[in-house]
Amino acid sequence: MTLTVIFAYLAAVLLIGVWSNRRLAATGEDFFVAGRTIGPFVLLMTLFGTHMTSFALLGASAESYRIGIGVFSLMASSSALMVPIVFFFVGTRVWAVGRRLGLLTQVQFVRARWGSDGIGLLLFVVLVLLLLPYLLIGVMGGGVVLGQITDGAAPSWLGSLLVSGVVIGYVTSGGLRGTAWVNTFQTAMFMVLGAVTAVLIVTKLGGVGPALDRVAESRPELLVRGEAIHPLRLLSYTLIPLSVGTFPHIFAHWLSAKRAATFKAPVVLYPVCIAVVWIPSVLLGLFGNIDFPGLDGAASNSVLVRMIALYVPELLAGLLGAGVFAAIMSSLDSQSLSLGTMFTQDVVRHYRWGGDLDGARQVRLGRLFVVGIVATVFLLSLVAERSIFALSVWSFTGFASLLPVVVAALYWRRSTAAGAGAAILTVIALWTWFFLRGIGDADYSVGGTGVMPVAVVFAGSTLAMIVGSLLSRPPAPERVARFIP
Amino acid sequence: MAVGAARVTAYAALPALYLLHNDLWFWNDPSRFLGLPVGLTYHILFSAVVVLAMWRLVRVAWPGDVLGELAGEADDDGVARR
Repeated sequence: MTLTVIFAYLAAVLLIGVWSNRRLAATGEDFFVAGRTIGPFVLLMTLFGTHMTSFALLGASAESYRIGIGVFSLMASSSALMVPIVFFFVGTRVWAVGRRLGLLTQVQFVRARWGSDGIGLLLFVVLVLLLLPYLLIGVMGGGVVLGQITDGAAPSWLGSLLVSGVVIGYVTSGGLRGTAWVNTFQTAMFMVLGAVTAVLIVTKLGGVGPALDRVAESRPELLVRGEAIHPLRLLSYTLIPLSVGTFPHIFAHWLSAKRAATFKAPVVLYPVCIAVVWIPSVLLGLFGNIDFPGLDGAASNSVLVRMIALYVPELLAGLLGAGVFAAIMSSLDSQSLSLGTMFTQDVVRHYRWGGDLDGARQVRLGRLFVVGIVATVFLLSLVAERSIFALSVWSFTGFASLLPVVVAALYWRRSTAAGAGAAILTVIALWTWFFLRGIGDADYSVGGTGVMPVAVVFAGSTLAMIVGSLLSRPPAPERVARFIP
Repeated sequence: MAVGAARVTAYAALPALYLLHNDLWFWNDPSRFLGLPVGLTYHILFSAVVVLAMWRLVRVAWPGDVLGELAGEADDDGVARR
């Protein structure tokens, strides 16, 4: 029954993607940024669905199971504040500049701002390297979830193959419009199902109060932050959500907005979406300690699936499994499309490989790249270690630390290509230094102080941007005027 | 309130919220508020306050003229391109 429901869901998702193909015009702008026609509701839902990976459902409950309520302040309310700020100050301006200059990628944005091909190429390499592990986590997540839902009956490669195949199907069919429509459906799906599950399970546990009492009896430390989170960790973790300002897939969705005012709904309502998904996840993770105490390591990641299996009817369990798939695919689709866009626009089209590309050839090439990228990631998922999941926070650290480059492009007239180059190279150097020291330790902090590496890398990037710019010649005023009125 | 002052307060709310996010005062408090551990309730209410702050931000500080000029078109609030 569970598998039947999941297959039916995947078929529905494919259908939406294929249906959106009827609206597709054979132009690069239509395929890669939906012809800049996306309205407020779809923009809100697709931005949220793209930003929230399966981690918001499975990872959040697992973290809550392990460290308690502090996970909400660490990851949810920090995003509730920082993400709308980035949308307001960065997203709207990126949209406006992108619309005027016809931009489709971040590399085009940087090349247009500072007129440097080399900085664009450097940024391209860094973005691809940071995004690939993120894609791999999504594809592997599909396998892990299917294995958990079927209690090991379905091999993990099958889940990864399903996720990859369906994503290829609707992304190549509908481009960013299809992706946005499917994401809207998928985001609504995992928001509603998450809330329904929480209500169902909490009711069976006798209500929130009695369930909390039972947790307090055995694990009182989970109901405070105590030693589980260092205050400096909370302070510095607030920088991690700034990564939303440099994710290539979020950038593409920004460019797809119909008008500047389209951003108002995401800016205001984003914290509501976060609360709807994270409150149930955190509570269910806490309550997992009642029925499944003592789960260690990877086993604790399955606490939500175990609770669903114990408390929820099979039909709803199938729908919830589909909801988790939805959370995975709603990120994977935009990520693979953004990489396909970058390879098509920033490499093939920019360097004029094969001569001029008309709209139809851009679309064909974009589709080929999406298929190639997702297929490659699927093959990598067959050999990658499970420890790859630890890479996500490192990926976020790299993206967040690139934000000073984007902010300088939009707000600092005196910023230069040399400053941007210095900032990107500083991110590479500091990120590598910390990564080599901290990759084996989930609680790694700078010198054991509680400060997360992102704080130092971000500060270094900002400083390099300032010093590099001041030490180089100011940019031409007419170039600056296209970005800063 | 004058438009300029309204914008300043809308902007000033953001760093204030950043500071309020670090609630050391409830760090080890096991009591409950509105049925949940107070450390969790605080951050749920904090998220609600962020919604209000963002609503005010887009209402009084929406940079429609700047965005219209950057986009090369009349902006969304009807202000013609400069």
